[in-house]
Parts: sequence; structure tokens; C-alpha cells
Amino acid sequence: MQKVIEKAGKAFLTGNEAAAWAALAAGAEIMFGYPITPQNEIMHYWTRLAPKYGRGFLQTEDEISAGFTVCGAVQAGKKAFTATAGPGNTLMQEPFSMAEAMRLPLVAIIQQRGGPSSGTVIYSQQEVTLTTFGGNGEGHRIVYSTASHQEIYDYVIKAFNTAWKYRFPTFVLGDGYQAKMREPLVMYDPEEKGMEMVKPYPLVGLEGKIGEGREPQHLCNIYSMEEELYEVVMKFAAEYEAIAPEVVEYEEKNCDDAEILILAHGVVSRAADDAVKALRAQGIKAGYFRPITLRPFPGRQLREVIAKSGAKKMLIAESAYGQFDRLVKQEIYGETIPIYNLFMPGVGIIDYDIVNKVKSIL
Amino acid sequence: MVLPATPKSWYLPTKPHKFCPGCGHGIVLKALGEAIDELGIQDKTVFGCDIGCSLLSWNFFACDSIQTHHGRTTPVMVGIKRARPELITIGYMGDGGGYSIGSQHLLNAAVRNEKITVILVNNTNYGMTGGQMAPTTLPGQKTETTPYGRDPEITGYPTKGPEFVAALTSDGAYVARGTVSKYKQLKRFIKNALQNQIEGNGFSFVEALSTCPTNWRTNAQQTWSFLEDEMEKYFPVGEFKSPLGKGEK
Repeated sequence: MQKVIEKAGKAFLTGNEAAAWAALAAGAEIMFGYPITPQNEIMHYWTRLAPKYGRGFLQTEDEISAGFTVCGAVQAGKKAFTATAGPGNTLMQEPFSMAEAMRLPLVAIIQQRGGPSSGTVIYSQQEVTLTTFGGNGEGHRIVYSTASHQEIYDYVIKAFNTAWKYRFPTFVLGDGYQAKMREPLVMYDPEEKGMEMVKPYPLVGLEGKIGEGREPQHLCNIYSMEEELYEVVMKFAAEYEAIAPEVVEYEEKNCDDAEILILAHGVVSRAADDAVKALRAQGIKAGYFRPITLRPFPGRQLREVIAKSGAKKMLIAESAYGQFDRLVKQEIYGETIPIYNLFMPGVGIIDYDIVNKVKSIL
Repeated sequence: MVLPATPKSWYLPTKPHKFCPGCGHGIVLKALGEAIDELGIQDKTVFGCDIGCSLLSWNFFACDSIQTHHGRTTPVMVGIKRARPELITIGYMGDGGGYSIGSQHLLNAAVRNEKITVILVNNTNYGMTGGQMAPTTLPGQKTETTPYGRDPEITGYPTKGPEFVAALTSDGAYVARGTVSKYKQLKRFIKNALQNQIEGNGFSFVEALSTCPTNWRTNAQQTWSFLEDEMEKYFPVGEFKSPLGKGEK
């Protein structure tokens, strides 16, 4: 496959453009997509770049089809992906649940927009519940919540490896701000950087003659008896829990002596980071914890931070009405630290908002 | 006793199959199996089956096979074909999956002239879920959701699938309607539809009129009579579009 980035170098791009370049650099062979704001430019850049590198694209009739064509393409053994947002993410829960059930290495980039319903086309963090636990399944998915364009580039590449290595559908959860803003980042070829890219392989359309060296593949996602399904789901759960420690990623700053812990994810964690600096400058001992993987969640690490800091209070800030808050609480069940929140559904949060909130609860 | 020969591409550990006595699926799948054998494509065929009675075919063939979701077989087959054009992809579905919940996929795959083959079994009802009205239920026909007979004033007239697929597709598409009452013709249509994909001409679609005595609540004679006298009258059998030579009406 032709190299996309010959030499690592700085670029000044929108997040959507960074995502398209990253998918190319990761060796994605085909994208299936359907227009929805704010992810459109991922398709726009992909459709301009892909033919130059012999990669494919299909604009499908809707998001249901985009998700299912990705399911088909990965079963045929190709690195395939899609991107969507908002109501499109809702529709894609059906193919995402098939990917969960059949352990398909589907990759999807989600650029969150306001909700519920058509909401806004702009920004939110309101697709956390949908992306982590959507569909009629158990949330056996891997979800990276990015905070910068560099991370979009890094984690889109990583998502293909994660998906093909562990065979759980993998999501890069961005948002409209990250999608549309321009920001500097360094683009690189992952293999030049020493990353080993996981090779895709087919589940159907295998080599060889059936009956003479190979058996036909019969892949199912529906079971006749409760016990059969039970065994499958329990096996998936055990495998998911076993790989979770390898997959979990998080970031913490200034937590050792923190009196108050500030929790945020995605782009809001940048405001939280700045707020901690501002509060520290004013003599308030604040610390910051940010899960990068929302699924699996760094619950053990968060408990350790609570314990080692001895913090008296915790503030959860998010651009949604408690979706991240619920994730955090279910992970730290039993902890007694008082939890406060700053819920701003569908609007941006800046350091000033967090600083004011902290001062109001101290 | 000499048993009839089974197609080489059938997967024998799952035989006898699980369709109801008198169901037409077995006939359609026999025609498909023989067509696969005669074209020598067993090793590179990917068979995708929809939810509904079609699902019972998921391990019917000694071909790589995939279950999907209700109505979503078409996009899964499109994804496979786009990823690996050298494979022969066959989507197998019922009238509910193709004409109702998955109609947007069927319609758009036809418009894009996707180089896949879709075989749709029309038995005028949702069999697996217990005999509800399908898009193909005939006017006046009783089903679980039209217990007094389908009233076209309320639910419209039956969907004529090959007619709409033929109207939407461009050159290169193959479109036909066969019936399990005319086996040789049905097999020829299915084989043509596969040949059309092998040649890479365009979308290939065969509707097969079929029987459902379980949900029709008919005996053998009534079953056959409903198929030949009612269904075939409403749904004309023949080739609607063929790039392979002169169409047969």
C-alpha cells in the first residue's frame, strides 16, 4: 500500500481533515458515509484523497446502510470505516449492535452535535450514552474521547489497530468544535514512528476450495436458545474485561495534593486543564482527571486518584446533562467524595465557567 | 428408493432443512444450489440471509454465509462486493425484508446498479413472525394484521417488486420474477441473475413467488391453487430486463 505521509511534518487543519488523513495513514481501504453535519468534511477530504491512494468510497442511501456496508466490508477483510453525528449516530446503532454481536472491527468517527433529535448542527457532548452503551447490547465497544486535533489524528490511527486486534467495534468520539476548528498538529506515518499496524483478514470469501482444505463459514448473530446467547454474551464480557486494562487510557494532572478534583472528557478537558492552572495561581489546590477511553472506563485509576489526593470534593463538567456524570458514578460506586456538577448541554465550556463553579462550591 | 440428487453446494449436515412442509423456500434454494453448481462459483460465493424465514437458510449452503438484520442484507452484500469485487454476493430475503423495512436499500442498490444478486421470496406474508400482512399481501387476503382481508383503501395495493426494480435500474441490470410452480424457469432466472453478476453487468434481481401453507392455513390443493390462480395472476412471471439476450415474458 502506498505511503500517505512520506515525512512527518506540521500541518494546520480542521479536525475533520485530520481524521481523513489519519484514516488514510492507518491504511483504511474504504469509507462508507452519509452526509450529516458536523462530520461532512471527513467525507469531503476522503473523497478527494482516496482515489490518489487507490482507496474506495461509497455514499450510501442513509446511515443504516453506511454502518451495514462497513460491516460487510470488514467481514470481507478490508479496513473500512464511517463517520457520523447526532441522528445519524442514532440510526447507526443498529449496525453497531451487529458489529458488537459478530465482533466486527468496525471503526466509526463520531462528531457530536446538539441533541435530542436534530438538536443543533454545532456541538455537544450528548452522544456519550449512545456511543458507549447504544444499541440492544452490553456496551462491548471501545470509545476514545479526543481533546485536540493531534489526538484525532493519533486515535483514528489507533482505532483501526484496536478494532482489528481485539475485534470490538471502536469509536473516536469528537465533537463539532473539534471537527470544524483549525489547529496545528503533526502528521506522520505510523509505521515510520515504530507503530505496528495490525493486518486485516477476512471472515468470508476465504482462500481455498470448500470441502477440500476448508470448511464453509457460517456466521450468525441470532440464536435459537437463551443459553446459546447467554454463553456468547458471557464470553464477550469476559474477553472485554480481560483486554480492558490494556486498552484503558487516561490523563491526570496536579492530583497528588488536590483538594478538589475536576473531571471532564473530550474538548471540555482542555477547559478543565486551564481552570486548574488558574485556580492554582489563585492558591486553590485543584487537580484534573480525564478519561481518554470512556469505554472501557479507567475506574480503578480514578479511585486511586481519589484515594491518593484525599480530595474533599469532585466536580464533573460536561456539555451534556449528566451523561458523563452517570458513567463516572457507576464506575466509582461506593466512594463517598461529594460530587458536584456543571452541566451545560449543547454549549461550550471554558475555563472561566469551571473556575466560577469551583469557587461557588468551595 | 432413489432420492433426488442434492446440489453439491448444499451443506448436508443441515439437511433435511427446517422449513415448514409445503414451504417454497426449499425449491428456491434448490434452484439456487443447482445454479451455483453449474456456474462453478461455490468457493467464491458469499451468501447473506435476511431475518424472517429466509434466516433458516443461514447454514443451508456449503458457501460462506452471513446472517444480517431484518432488511439489511442488501447493504451488507454491497459492502462485501465493494470491498472484494471478485466475490459473488447473493442477498436472500423475503418480501417484508426487501419491500418494506429494507426497501430503501433495495431501491438505492438498484439505482446504483450494484453488482450483487438479490433473490427475494414473495409468499404474501411475514411467515416467521406468524403471518402478518406483507407489502405483497393480495387485496382481500386475510392475515393476522388484516383479519378481515387486506383493504387497499387502508393499506394500498401489493408491491410489485420486479416492476419497480426494472423501472429504477439502468443498462446492465437483470430483473425477473419466477415461481416455484415453474421450477426450470425459476432456475434459469436465478442462473441468469448470477451470470449477470459474474459478467459484472449490473444489479441482478429475481423475485420468486412461493408458498406458505402454514400461515395461509391451506391444504396442498388450496396452496397450489392460491399460487397459480391468485398470485401468478397478480404478479406476472417473466424476465423484465436482461442484458443477457432477449427478455422472456
